[in-house]
Amino acid sequence: MQDDAFIELDGVEKVFDVRKKTGFLKRERRQVRAVDSISFTVARGEMVGYIGPNGAGKSTTIKMLTGILTPSGGRLRVAGIDPSRERKRLAHRIGVVFGQRTTLWWDLPLIDSYKLMHRMYRIPDGRYRENLDRLVELLDLGTLLDVPVRQLSLGQRMRGDIAAALLHDPEVLYLDEPTIGLDVISKAKVREFLRDVNAERGTTVLLTTHDLQDIEQLCSRVMVIDHGRMMYDGPLAGLHEVGEGERTLVVDLERELPPIDAAPARVVKVEGPRQWLAFPAGESAAVLVARIAAEYPLVDLSVREPDIEAVIAKMYVDQAGQAERADQAGRAVS
Amino acid sequence: MGERYALAEGLRAYGLIAGMWVRSSMTYRASFVITVFGNLVVTALDFVAILLMFAQVDSLGGWSLPEVAFLYGLSATAFGIADLVLGSMDVLGGRIRDGSFDTLLVRPAPVLAQVGADHFALRRLGRITQGVAVLGYALVTVDVDWSAPKVLLVPVMVVSGAAIFSALFVAGAAFQIFAQDAAEVQNAFTYGGTTLLQYPPTVFGKDLVRGVTFMLPLAFVNWVPAAHVLGRPYPVDLPEWTAFVSPLVAVACCALAGLAWRTGLRSYRSTGS
Repeated sequence: MQDDAFIELDGVEKVFDVRKKTGFLKRERRQVRAVDSISFTVARGEMVGYIGPNGAGKSTTIKMLTGILTPSGGRLRVAGIDPSRERKRLAHRIGVVFGQRTTLWWDLPLIDSYKLMHRMYRIPDGRYRENLDRLVELLDLGTLLDVPVRQLSLGQRMRGDIAAALLHDPEVLYLDEPTIGLDVISKAKVREFLRDVNAERGTTVLLTTHDLQDIEQLCSRVMVIDHGRMMYDGPLAGLHEVGEGERTLVVDLERELPPIDAAPARVVKVEGPRQWLAFPAGESAAVLVARIAAEYPLVDLSVREPDIEAVIAKMYVDQAGQAERADQAGRAVS
Repeated sequence: MGERYALAEGLRAYGLIAGMWVRSSMTYRASFVITVFGNLVVTALDFVAILLMFAQVDSLGGWSLPEVAFLYGLSATAFGIADLVLGSMDVLGGRIRDGSFDTLLVRPAPVLAQVGADHFALRRLGRITQGVAVLGYALVTVDVDWSAPKVLLVPVMVVSGAAIFSALFVAGAAFQIFAQDAAEVQNAFTYGGTTLLQYPPTVFGKDLVRGVTFMLPLAFVNWVPAAHVLGRPYPVDLPEWTAFVSPLVAVACCALAGLAWRTGLRSYRSTGS
C-alpha cells in the first residue's frame, strides 16, 4: 500500500441476491457477484479512469466508495473513512456527479441550487464566494446563474452540476459518465476544466466513462473492470497492447481497386473507392500510410481508434470460459 | 453528536429543502393558486358529503352531527399536519426506481429529513384549514360539559394524532424501500385511516374496530379520547384512563416507525437497485 493512498480497496466484494421467477410462484434465488474481490489504491491528486462494459460493476464500486452501498466483504477506506459507516462525515469530503441525474433544482435559477449547497454543507461565506467565483469563471456559468435549470442545455447543466459538486472543496471527485450525451464543444470544456481542477487544486478524480477520449485526454491511469473483476490497471497505452486492440485506417482511393495488400493490416470492408483496413494498435500508422501512399493513388485517409468495448471484448476472449465457470459456481440452489 | 444533535440537523435540512420546494412551486404562480383553491374545494366537499347525509338522518351510528364533526375535525386536522410535513413521502418509491434516491445519500444530511421534505407542498395547508374549520364548528355546537382535562385533551389529540399519522407515513416509506411501487399500499393506510376515523366507531364491525385499536392504534387519534370527552362508551371495552394514553401510543408508534426506517435504509444500502 502506498503511504499517500487516498482511496484504498482491499478485496472488496459486493454480492446481490437476485430472485428470478422460474414459474408460477416458483423462484430461483441466485447470488450475483457485482464486484468480486477488487483491490486498488488511488493516491491523492491522481486522476483515474474506471471503465468496463455495462453491468461490469463500475457503478456498484462508485456507490460503495460514496457510502450509498455497503460492501459485502473486504476493506474500503476513502480519506481514512469507512464510507458506509460514516456516510454524512464522508459527504463533506467528496463530490459526486451522476452524469444522467442532475442534482440541481429544476424550476429554480441555477444560483439557488448553489445557495442550498452553501447552507447544507455549511461552507464558510468567504470560501463559498471565492469558490463560486472561480467555478463560474472556469465553467463559463456567468450568464446562466439566473436561468432556471430546466431552460439549460444538457452541456450547460452538466457544467452546473460539476460546479455544484465542487463548491465545498471536496478532496475527491467521482464522476459517473460526465460527458454522456454532450456535444463536442461541451465535452472539450468539461475535460479542460477537470484537468485544471486536478492540476490546480490537487483534487483526486475518479471517473467512469464509455468515451475513450475522456480517458485519453484526462487520465494517466486506467482501470478496467468486467464481471466484477479488475482486468487491467495501468496506463492507457498498455491497455491497447494487453487487449490486442486494432485501429482502423479508412482510405479513399482515386478509383475502385482490389483490396489493398499491406500486411500486417488487412482489409475488412470495401465500398467503392473507400476501403477499411484493420491493423494492430501497437503498429505505427505513419509507416502503414507511407506504404499505401507509395503504391496506391491515395486521395484521403483517417485513423480510427479502437473503441473501448471492442478492446475489452478482445481482452476477455481468453477469460470467457473462466468467467462462465465462476458464474455457475456463484449459483445457489433455492 | 448525540440524538439531539441529529434531530436539530434533520430539522435544519428539512427546512432548507422544504424552502426550495416552496420556491419551486411559486415559479408556477397561477398553477399554485389553482391547486390551493382546488385542494380547499375538494376537502370542503368531503365534509359536505357528511352534511348531506345528516339532511336525511338525525344520527349516524347513534352520534349527532356535532359529535361526528368533532371526530371529523380532530382526524382531519391531525392528518392534515402529518400530510403537510411528510405527505410527499410516497414519491420515495419513484425515486428509488429512477435512481435519484442515490443523490440524497451523498449529501451531509439525514436521509429521512431529505425524503420527508421531498416535494413539500404548501397546498396541503388546505386540508388543515378545513379540518380546523370543522373542529371549530364542532367545539361551538357540541353538547359537552367542559372540564379542564377535557379541554386539555383536544390539543393533545391533535398533536398525538399528527404524530401517529406521521409514524404511518414513515413506516410506509420504509416499506416502499422493499416494495418499490407500494405507494398505494401506504395511501390505503394513511388516507384510508383518516377517512375511517371521520365516522363513529359504532358504524363499523367489531373486528375492524378492535384491529384499529390494538393492531394499528389509530383509535387513539380520536375515537377513544373523543368518546371520553363526549361521555360516550369506548369503542372497545377499555378502562377510563386509556383516553389519556394517546401521547404514549404516539411515542411508541414513532419509535417503531424509526426502527422500520432504519431497517429499510440498511437493506437499501446492502441490496442496491
